[in-house]
Amino acid sequence: MSNGNGDLVQLTGKDFKSDQEVRWCPGCGDYAILNVIQGFMPELGLAREQIVFVSGIGCAARFPYYMQTYGMHSIHGRAPAIATGLAVTRPDLSVWVVTGDGDALSIGGNHLIHALRRNVNLKILLFNNRIYGLTKGQYSPTSELGKVTKSTPMGSLDHPFNPLSIAIGAEASFVARAIDTDKKGLTDVLGAAARHRGSAFVEILQNCNIYNDGAFDYVRDEKANRIYLESGQPIRFGEDGERGLVQDADGSARVVDVAEVGEGSLLVHDAHHREPSLAFALSRVTFETDGAVPLGVFRAVEQPVYDDLMSEQLEAARERSGEGDLEALLQSGDTWTVA
Amino acid sequence: MAKTKPVEHLERVVIRFAGDSGDGMQLTGDRFTSETAVFGNDLATLPDFPAEIRAPAGSLPGVSGFQVHFADHDILTPGDQPSVLVAMNPAALKVNLADLAKGGTVIANTDAFNERNLQKAGYETNPLEDGSLADFHVHEVALSSMTVEALKGIEGVTSREAERSKNFFALGLMSWLYHRPVEGTIAFIEGKFASRPEIVEANTRAFKAGWNYGETSEDFAVSYEIAPAQLRPGTYRQVSGNTALTYGLIAASKLSGLPLFLGAYPITPASDVLEQLAQLKQFGVRTFQAEDEIAASGAAVGAAFGGALGVTTSAGPGIVLKSETVGLAVTLELPLVVVDVQRAGPSTGMPTKPEQADLLMVMFGRNSESPVPVVAASTPAGCFHAAIEAARIAIKYRTPVFLLSDAYLANGSEPWLIPDVAALADISTEFATEPNDDDGVFLPYKRDPLTLARPWAIPGTPGLEHRIGGLEKENETGNVSYDPENHDLMVQLRAAKVAGISADIPELEVDDPDSADTLVIGWGSTYGAIGAAARRVRASGRRVATAHLRYLNPFPRNTGDVVRAYDKVLVPEMNLGQLRMLLRAEYLVDAVGYNKVRGRPFRAAELAEAMTTLVDS
Repeated sequence: MSNGNGDLVQLTGKDFKSDQEVRWCPGCGDYAILNVIQGFMPELGLAREQIVFVSGIGCAARFPYYMQTYGMHSIHGRAPAIATGLAVTRPDLSVWVVTGDGDALSIGGNHLIHALRRNVNLKILLFNNRIYGLTKGQYSPTSELGKVTKSTPMGSLDHPFNPLSIAIGAEASFVARAIDTDKKGLTDVLGAAARHRGSAFVEILQNCNIYNDGAFDYVRDEKANRIYLESGQPIRFGEDGERGLVQDADGSARVVDVAEVGEGSLLVHDAHHREPSLAFALSRVTFETDGAVPLGVFRAVEQPVYDDLMSEQLEAARERSGEGDLEALLQSGDTWTVA
Repeated sequence: MAKTKPVEHLERVVIRFAGDSGDGMQLTGDRFTSETAVFGNDLATLPDFPAEIRAPAGSLPGVSGFQVHFADHDILTPGDQPSVLVAMNPAALKVNLADLAKGGTVIANTDAFNERNLQKAGYETNPLEDGSLADFHVHEVALSSMTVEALKGIEGVTSREAERSKNFFALGLMSWLYHRPVEGTIAFIEGKFASRPEIVEANTRAFKAGWNYGETSEDFAVSYEIAPAQLRPGTYRQVSGNTALTYGLIAASKLSGLPLFLGAYPITPASDVLEQLAQLKQFGVRTFQAEDEIAASGAAVGAAFGGALGVTTSAGPGIVLKSETVGLAVTLELPLVVVDVQRAGPSTGMPTKPEQADLLMVMFGRNSESPVPVVAASTPAGCFHAAIEAARIAIKYRTPVFLLSDAYLANGSEPWLIPDVAALADISTEFATEPNDDDGVFLPYKRDPLTLARPWAIPGTPGLEHRIGGLEKENETGNVSYDPENHDLMVQLRAAKVAGISADIPELEVDDPDSADTLVIGWGSTYGAIGAAARRVRASGRRVATAHLRYLNPFPRNTGDVVRAYDKVLVPEMNLGQLRMLLRAEYLVDAVGYNKVRGRPFRAAELAEAMTTLVDS
């Protein structure tokens, strides 16, 4: 950004800290995410005033208050809709949505899938902690079946959503996953999301140490269970890359011992494939099914962007009819004159 | 086309075209209205159609009607009773006959009065033959078969398609009967069906055949002339409420210099506004057909945050879903125009029928103390200025504003003296560009002392980065605050800001030529019926005053003085007394109501009766 004297000023993470005291519970995964995002912001190469954070309701939704950018803490579930109105009228801005599993997938599920299918130029960060935190510990739409919480003392009855499967099912043009405490992985994913034109959906596995502590220990702590996806590369992971993924004839992916199947049989990741089936198959690989979790960019394809298309229609209308003339509009149709 | 028969002069006529939903009655009515407008009569229309697109043919629920009232003097309503009924089938006759004035004229399409259609309409005997229409003047016209006959030989038009041109035959006949100019309709046919020359030929031929039938048939001995009305000088066009509202939003965008963003979800009777704005993108209008009503208004709030004129349009069943966004806009203090084209409810109600029962919802239908200004249009053309006014208040005071219309205003039309664009007032505002406090600090809730409006600092403005949200805000800084005194202050400030708008709107005008004891006060689309009724009451030698509220929140500053100045106050409303409740609560006046909720506009006659009863009491 410029300091007004024509010099470029290099911003740092500190420049993105607002003067507001951060009020998440001590130990909350949101702190780590906030730090990473503030640290990442300078990489956008944008002035602070060009950046807007929009959120809904929930613990994660307090996020905009802590960012020294423009921001709106809106209503439960509606952030994608509100951000859509902002992004399509202001293509010059970098618009980010911060949401949680309840906000994005319960009350706001409809807005999320429609923002994704339209491919509005939004970066949507879903902090998934598999619990309702702000309302003090009820099960969420990503909580595992049978989850015992205050509102489900005998266990929850509803099968959980898989956030990435939802996003890929909605044909989101960019879908990725990262972990709150994995600074490098999260920074890489944020960078890729920011560079993507169109909707970018990022699930961030986030620990709620009060109401659902340890929900992601199997991948937060156990690094060997992290499957870092790299487009164009065979998918392998583990301490020495001893495990990998293969794709079966029915399209599903599963974990194998590389030594057993041979390196040549491994599934090669292609984030840019037009069809979302491969990304979907990868989203089905979970700790529960395979004991490991894919991270990084699942899907990144170029698709027409809603905001651009809308601007193009305005241009086309002006080319066809000229700049709108109010007087001519009012006089259109059959008119008559009374002397 | 020259006429040879004797001509009678009439002051006014009310015609109702009625037929099956698929018979093209709305199109026929529209064309007749356009001809009438161009001829220079004053006019008012009342389209009345079912929500079903094509209800079963020939059935009673499938009847679609279009009423047009035109006169050689200024008129205020589409008319209480049609004097002429064009009935395309037995069901149309059955549904509409009760409304027809005694001694009125029926023009019936005899081809449709067959056993099957009579049975569908519930007639045991043919009303054209059993003497039940003895009180009326009946013209039996074989509309269908004469149309088919007239269209013989047009290549590419089957006899089934030919029969569908019968509405143009009827239009031609009525155009002859009432001396309407025909050039506009012929040009319209050529334009509308340009891609199918054979349909242009068919409809034009049917239209001319209908006209010629009037001229040659012995059944029509005379034709009628209604002289042009003495309207104020200027250029006119015909306009419906939804079109006027659309143009008003475009004008508001121009006058404010803010790009227009419309978030909407299709809903009767508001969809026209979305559809029409979508055709006007050369004005920089962005139309967003959202996934639901909530997203539609949410996106409009987002656009407003970015500096656009955010608008969302709907009807009652959609407005209920927007309550939370309106509440957000109240606390964010961002401009937002929320258009409610009211229809009969509750719930889905009667989607195509008017009602004015959303007033208390828009006043109070949000959690907590959440004041929102309310502007109401009272005539179809009046929707234009009402839209500009709603936008003006929203922009100037950084607040959501409700703009109330209804299904009658939306679809009804009238001549409109086209306003001079250069004379429309500027409604622009300034965005904040500089810090507004010491030490270069920007305080997003530091208010203008006069309007109590907060600064509107849009993203992209360096140095003014700030966060706003639905949580209560500390006065001036906008930071999250749970302080009890601060919350009380903010509640009071938001209320005072909206209440203060009363200083910025015109006083309530009273029409009281005779120093009456009785005031009739209304709002919204009852304007025409109240005015027409008052004329009748005054013509009977009684004294009555009228006033019509265009602002429901806040009320004009003199409203209390006006209502307290009369011994008797009557509030006619198409609801169970919503304005009456507000007036009584606000001003402690013993206002009485006239309340009918039939999904139809008031008739002037019933209001005149209610007024007379109160005046004489």
